[in-house]
Amino acid sequence: MRLSLGTLLGLALLAGPARAEDTAAAPRVIKIVAKKFDFTPAEVHIKKGEHVVLELTSADRKHGFKVPELGIRVEVQPGTTTRVDVTPQKAGKFAFACDIFCGDGHEDMTGTLIVDP
Amino acid sequence: MANELDRRALLQLLGFGGVVLGSGLPGFSLVQAAGGSQDFFFLQLSDAHWGFSGPPNPEADQTLKQAVRAVNASTARPEFIVFTGDLTHTTDDDAIRRKRMAEFKAIVADLKVPKVIFLPGEHDAALDKGQAYQENFGPLHQTFDHRGIRFISLDNVSDPGASVGDTQIDWLKSQLAKVDKDAPVVILAHRPLFDLYPQWDWATADGAKVISVLQPYRHVTVFYGHIHQENHHETGHIAHHSAKSLIFPLPAPGSVPKKAAVPWDPEHPARGLGYREIDVKGKARTVSIQEFDVKGAKV
Repeated sequence: MRLSLGTLLGLALLAGPARAEDTAAAPRVIKIVAKKFDFTPAEVHIKKGEHVVLELTSADRKHGFKVPELGIRVEVQPGTTTRVDVTPQKAGKFAFACDIFCGDGHEDMTGTLIVDP
Repeated sequence: MANELDRRALLQLLGFGGVVLGSGLPGFSLVQAAGGSQDFFFLQLSDAHWGFSGPPNPEADQTLKQAVRAVNASTARPEFIVFTGDLTHTTDDDAIRRKRMAEFKAIVADLKVPKVIFLPGEHDAALDKGQAYQENFGPLHQTFDHRGIRFISLDNVSDPGASVGDTQIDWLKSQLAKVDKDAPVVILAHRPLFDLYPQWDWATADGAKVISVLQPYRHVTVFYGHIHQENHHETGHIAHHSAKSLIFPLPAPGSVPKKAAVPWDPEHPARGLGYREIDVKGKARTVSIQEFDVKGAKV
């Protein structure tokens, strides 16, 4: 499995500055698998201010992973793990979706990232 | 002519939110040169999804045909019709895709209209980068002038990531460079060029670049499809109008937790489906919109 370093570096900017306590402990890793036509899990919980790493893989073809309200947008390629650092600073429900058209059912390929207070 | 006048007398500017739904598209030199002050209208049909089957529309094999009959039944003839994408429903099977396109073409060939303009939707073009679409319907983007208006159709779907792309944006710039900044310009596209609701993928990845290219032109109106419902929005002075579909309606942006087709209502099978007439009038090239259901009744 290949690490997408470019993506990782790019997303470090999106995640915002790491807090002091985040650097002390390894962030929680949340694995998300994309395949036609869903994400597993489709619901992801993170605590407000928690530093997590989303590890995205694809089981079949290229997909997109986009969380517009958190400024996250990456491509997920088969055979590659795409890592996204996230430290959400506001609670709420944030929809994510595949934004690379992948066939009949693409429109259903959605999920929710829930940031708990 | 009498019928046309009677029918056109029925047309009125639609209002929404207290604002008249119309876009001023003042005349300019091209209008004068082409004798472009004559009134005319064209129709926008969208999102037929030919080949779709499922509970959201148990009559999916009839709705497009119904719309064609409704258009033909009118005594007033549009000068052209534009289909703003998703002519067919997508499939992974190239042979089935081509079969659906051939069937679609055969159905719309019955339209009694001098010219039909086609645009691709992602269902037609995203999985093979527009190959089958181009074989059947021609170029993915194009431009033409009609009665003093510069029409430009954009392709924001053959890239599966929904980008227009720098090459096409350069082409757009080159086409716009040929007209005056006061020229009336109509942009046709499948997906919204602005971020209508990106959470549901109702956006164009580089739509902001396109809008910035359009921005210097003072009389631009955009007609698009994709979202299976009417929506009217303005980015600065640019008006964006989405059309209903010919297959099933979708909910208003963000109105439900998960995007899904509005359930079929057997009591009102045509609810939320339809097409629109776009009237262009006078030297001011004022645009007004009239919506019709798939049976041709004004709504």
